Amino acid sequence: MSENKTAVDALVDQMLDQNPRQREPREHERFRGDYPIVVRGLENCFGEQKVHEDLSLEVNRGEILGVVGGSGTGKSVLMRSIIGLQTPSAGDIEVFGRSITDARPDEEIGVRNRWGVLFQGGALFSTLTVGENVEVPLRQFYPEMSTRMREEIARYKVILSGLPEEACSKFPSELSGGMRKRAGLARALALDPELLFLDEPTAGLDPIGAAAFDRLTRELKETLGLTVFLITHDLDTLYEICDRVAVLADRQVIAVGTIPELLETDHPWIDEYFNGPRGRAAQASQARAGG
Amino acid sequence: MEGTCGVAKFRQTHATAAMRAQRFIAPPMGTNCTLTLVYISVCPHILKTMSEAADFAIQDGEGGNAVLALSGPYLVSTIAQVDDALRAIDGAVGTIDLSQVSEIDTVGAWVACRIAEQHDAQICGASERAQRLINAVKDSGNEADMVPRERPIWLRVPQDLGSWVMVGCVGVLNVVGFLGQILTSFGSIIRHPSRFRMRALVHQIELVGVDALPIIGLMSFLIGIVIAQQGAVQLAQFGAETLTINLVGRITLRELGVLMTAIMVAGRSGSAFAAQIGTMKLTEEVDAMRTIGISPTEALVIPRILAAVIMMPLLGFYASVLAIIGGAVVGDMLLGIPFWTFLERVKEVVPTFDLWVGLIKAPVFGLIVGLAGCYHGMQVRGNSEEVGKRTTLAVVSAIFAVIVLDAFFAVFFTEIGWG
Repeated sequence: MSENKTAVDALVDQMLDQNPRQREPREHERFRGDYPIVVRGLENCFGEQKVHEDLSLEVNRGEILGVVGGSGTGKSVLMRSIIGLQTPSAGDIEVFGRSITDARPDEEIGVRNRWGVLFQGGALFSTLTVGENVEVPLRQFYPEMSTRMREEIARYKVILSGLPEEACSKFPSELSGGMRKRAGLARALALDPELLFLDEPTAGLDPIGAAAFDRLTRELKETLGLTVFLITHDLDTLYEICDRVAVLADRQVIAVGTIPELLETDHPWIDEYFNGPRGRAAQASQARAGG
Repeated sequence: MEGTCGVAKFRQTHATAAMRAQRFIAPPMGTNCTLTLVYISVCPHILKTMSEAADFAIQDGEGGNAVLALSGPYLVSTIAQVDDALRAIDGAVGTIDLSQVSEIDTVGAWVACRIAEQHDAQICGASERAQRLINAVKDSGNEADMVPRERPIWLRVPQDLGSWVMVGCVGVLNVVGFLGQILTSFGSIIRHPSRFRMRALVHQIELVGVDALPIIGLMSFLIGIVIAQQGAVQLAQFGAETLTINLVGRITLRELGVLMTAIMVAGRSGSAFAAQIGTMKLTEEVDAMRTIGISPTEALVIPRILAAVIMMPLLGFYASVLAIIGGAVVGDMLLGIPFWTFLERVKEVVPTFDLWVGLIKAPVFGLIVGLAGCYHGMQVRGNSEEVGKRTTLAVVSAIFAVIVLDAFFAVFFTEIGWG
């Protein structure tokens, strides 16, 4: 019996692992590659205006990558391209090793249940309660799940996002801006994604709320092993929680690295960004916290 | 205790892979593993659909406390397979063993915590990741049941009926209040004409009136044709085809021209008013106006209502004219009444007060349509569904009110001798 078992297992393993690079990840397997997101030669045009040209970016597994850039440099367009909402004019984007750019907008390519997206305003469905909002992705991907299980999952996700339990039965219009963001985060986390996209999560929050949100992001990244793609203008967020920062300017990613690495590049925009009055204040607070 | 999950027990005694295959294509009983191997070789596609499944087994532990051993992936995607069975476990569980769990996420961790809490059990064998997840979700979610969303039917029906009646009464009061608000704003605009928004009015007149000309013209022309043709068929039974001219001329000027126009304007513009103002309410544009010191009634409501009141008589008259032309075309083609003779005859058989009846009703209908649209737009609160609901309500209530009022007008004008 045990011999047979080995034989079967070996066969199974052989068939599954024939080509470890090419094979499709199994249904319940976490992504093991180094780069959950790979962008190569991305080009985005709106009419005459070119937003991105030959943009390349790789996001490491398990890091929080901050994306910064002046207004209109296409940070949100980059995110929308990666999550497949915006078809680029040229270039290739791979998420979990699968090409987003080759797929049609609504085609099921097996990555949508592995990422969570928090839009700027939360983008909660206004006719559903917070709990029902969190249940939507569960219902979409796992219809076989019992209603009770779904409700329970939604409830603990809401609590995990730092909302009080009562928030579950409230409608988005009854929540404050910060609570709406947290509710949006709960929905983004509904499927236990490996990849989380956050679009200016701390914009419009008070400093205490913003700091709490940063802490939450960091904690979630550490406990759940998330990879986070974070668009932000908040220098405190960059200093506090980002492992690396990508700078968008001149239609490209001009630099990626830790903040000290970026400061060494001597690019005028980067210099102004991090060494302006606000940048200095954030540096100072970082130094205080560190010292 | 042993055998609560007999299948799981049975599976444990078999080779894992062979067992997985059995789940999809069970070889006949007594088949040995070599045959199973052949199964897999022959049908490699089963490997694709086949994936590991979450499972559990209950083993006896010391002191009568059983050990619940979870195995396989405990993920959001697999939890549905075992959820019911896990809930159904009764009897004491002392330890939950996670050492055979291959993959775990917060859902799996949370399920383990829930069972631990339910049975007052210990969790052991958790991997580093599992332990981290368990710590993260441990404090979230007590077992308190969610508040039941639905009330029992004997409460629900009378409560809903009561609130329905109240909403209706309050709605009537609100509409009257809204009308009063408009009149006072109108009064203050007359005293301060510089506050009047001429550009907004002209824009609305274009949207409500000019843009509606083609569709209302076509509709009226076709209605004129139908009335003339159907009327002629019936009147021919008395040999009175020529009375078709009276029929078309009087009914369009008195009733149909204005009524159909009002319905069209309610559908085109009343709905647009409600949706526009409703969306502006949702995006807080209306609030922003108030804070800048602009009265939404003056800036949004009055130009729209005024546009509807001004354009309705013009559109109604235009509709009647085109309906008569439609009738004349039928007369020319089917009844042998020359086109221009038809029009001459209309002038003789239609009394002037028929035109007045139509023209007096028209601005009132315009007011109703504009009022319904703006009122429902201003009532939007909360979410996008409300915009749709209020838009529908605006159109339905406007058309309903127009038809009811038309009936009153019909009786009234006949009574004062304009029959």
